[in-house]
Amino acid sequence: MFRNQYDTDVTTWSPTGRLFQVEYAMEAVKQGSAAIGLRSRSHVVLACVNKAQSELSSHQRKIFKVDDHIGVAIAGLTADGRVLSRYMRSESINHSFTYESPLPVGRLVVHLADKAQVCTQRSWKRPYGVGLLVGGLDESGAHLYYNCPSGNYFEYQAFAIGSRSQAAKTYLERKFESFQESSKEDLIKDAIMAIRETLQGETLKSSLCTVSVLGVDEPFHFLDQESIQKVIDTFEKVPEEEEDAGEGEAEPEAAPGAAGTGEQGGSGDQDVAPMEI
Amino acid sequence: MTKQHANWSPYDNNGGTCVAIAGSDYCVIAADTRMSTGYSILSRDYSKIHKLADRAVLSSSGFQADVKALQKVLKSRHLIYQHQHNKQMSCPAMAQLLSNTLYFKRFFPYYAFNVLGGLDEEGKGCVFTYDAVGSYERVGYGAQGSGSTLIMPFLDNQLKSPSPLLLPKQDSNTPLSEAEAVDLVKTVFASATERDIYTGDKLEIMILKADGIKTELMDLRKD
Repeated sequence: MFRNQYDTDVTTWSPTGRLFQVEYAMEAVKQGSAAIGLRSRSHVVLACVNKAQSELSSHQRKIFKVDDHIGVAIAGLTADGRVLSRYMRSESINHSFTYESPLPVGRLVVHLADKAQVCTQRSWKRPYGVGLLVGGLDESGAHLYYNCPSGNYFEYQAFAIGSRSQAAKTYLERKFESFQESSKEDLIKDAIMAIRETLQGETLKSSLCTVSVLGVDEPFHFLDQESIQKVIDTFEKVPEEEEDAGEGEAEPEAAPGAAGTGEQGGSGDQDVAPMEI
Repeated sequence: MTKQHANWSPYDNNGGTCVAIAGSDYCVIAADTRMSTGYSILSRDYSKIHKLADRAVLSSSGFQADVKALQKVLKSRHLIYQHQHNKQMSCPAMAQLLSNTLYFKRFFPYYAFNVLGGLDEEGKGCVFTYDAVGSYERVGYGAQGSGSTLIMPFLDNQLKSPSPLLLPKQDSNTPLSEAEAVDLVKTVFASATERDIYTGDKLEIMILKADGIKTELMDLRKD
């Protein structure tokens, strides 16, 4: 009866000056499992929660390598995220082909934002339903950007997107002032701590998160499960009885646990079934 | 009004010689480092060998501007391959990609004469030789470029390749040890340098094995 008349079309304004379809797309970002990013002067860490769609399925890949100096973590429609990360990869390769120099992160982010903006102004398109945390290193240092479906982008010191990201944001807001001078190890620890904030009641395990790093003299790579677990063990002392209680969840560790052994890190993640949300 | 540019050509020949030899568990790829045009030497220290992947190395003579462009295309394609497959391209895969890349420009070819060397999926040495438009063959040894007419008959005499028409397919790899292969390469280049004005200055030798790549340099005549 009182259906919203202004939300069926991306290009239709509401009298209050809003574009509902675009706002709905931003809602999709909040539905996806959390992704966080933070940076120091020299390093960027991207991390995300591995959440399977069902008990029977594996989780989806949410962090992608764009180039040696750029990585991206996504929340929202994973399918849209994959398409956009493929676009970013080709932009980066084209840039290094043409100029024989790495693509500046800020430029890539503008290209990406322009691509998202077009979808908010064409009647036959729909906005991308994905938020992207783009981390990268260029001649002006380490950067972290957030790209959203509206075509807006922002630069951050640290940020979190996706479901229950508010808890992670609160954690990051409390600590971000020290990040600029942080070591790589401290950034990784803070990334995992922020991930922990987004888990409601669940115990933090290495199989529950993917962590990637890039920085000066350190091309983008995924951390393997063992080194993530080592970091978790430094602050998470699991009491005996909890270990028993978590038996049910301990089981699936074997499956994603196969992901990432040794230097290949996240390569095992590539085996994750390419399913749509 | 007379035609002013009737003799202009988009191509040049910068000369140089490339040789590769495949053994049971190694591959030797070698090229001189002279770059010439006509009777002039443009550079005495220009590498014609390009590492495409961990187990695939390309050596090319001909027009070095085209070679450079070709190397860049292959590099980009290899990056895309790594994104999609999460591994390095194998040498036989790179061989097919190079063939396709060359044939794509069938009617305005890259003026490049290539020898691709590396290790195949079984870890055996492999050598692929090409013409400018992408026709290629897997062989046990190969030579391309300005000195190839001097070197190839000598290698044929010393190494004898089995006919590719024989059935079942014969193993074309040379029976040489790695040290023998490197010595042979040094000998053929020293000889070619005596008679070919486009070959000389320095010899760059790459030895590919499962545990990595070694590079060796040897001086050649500079005249």
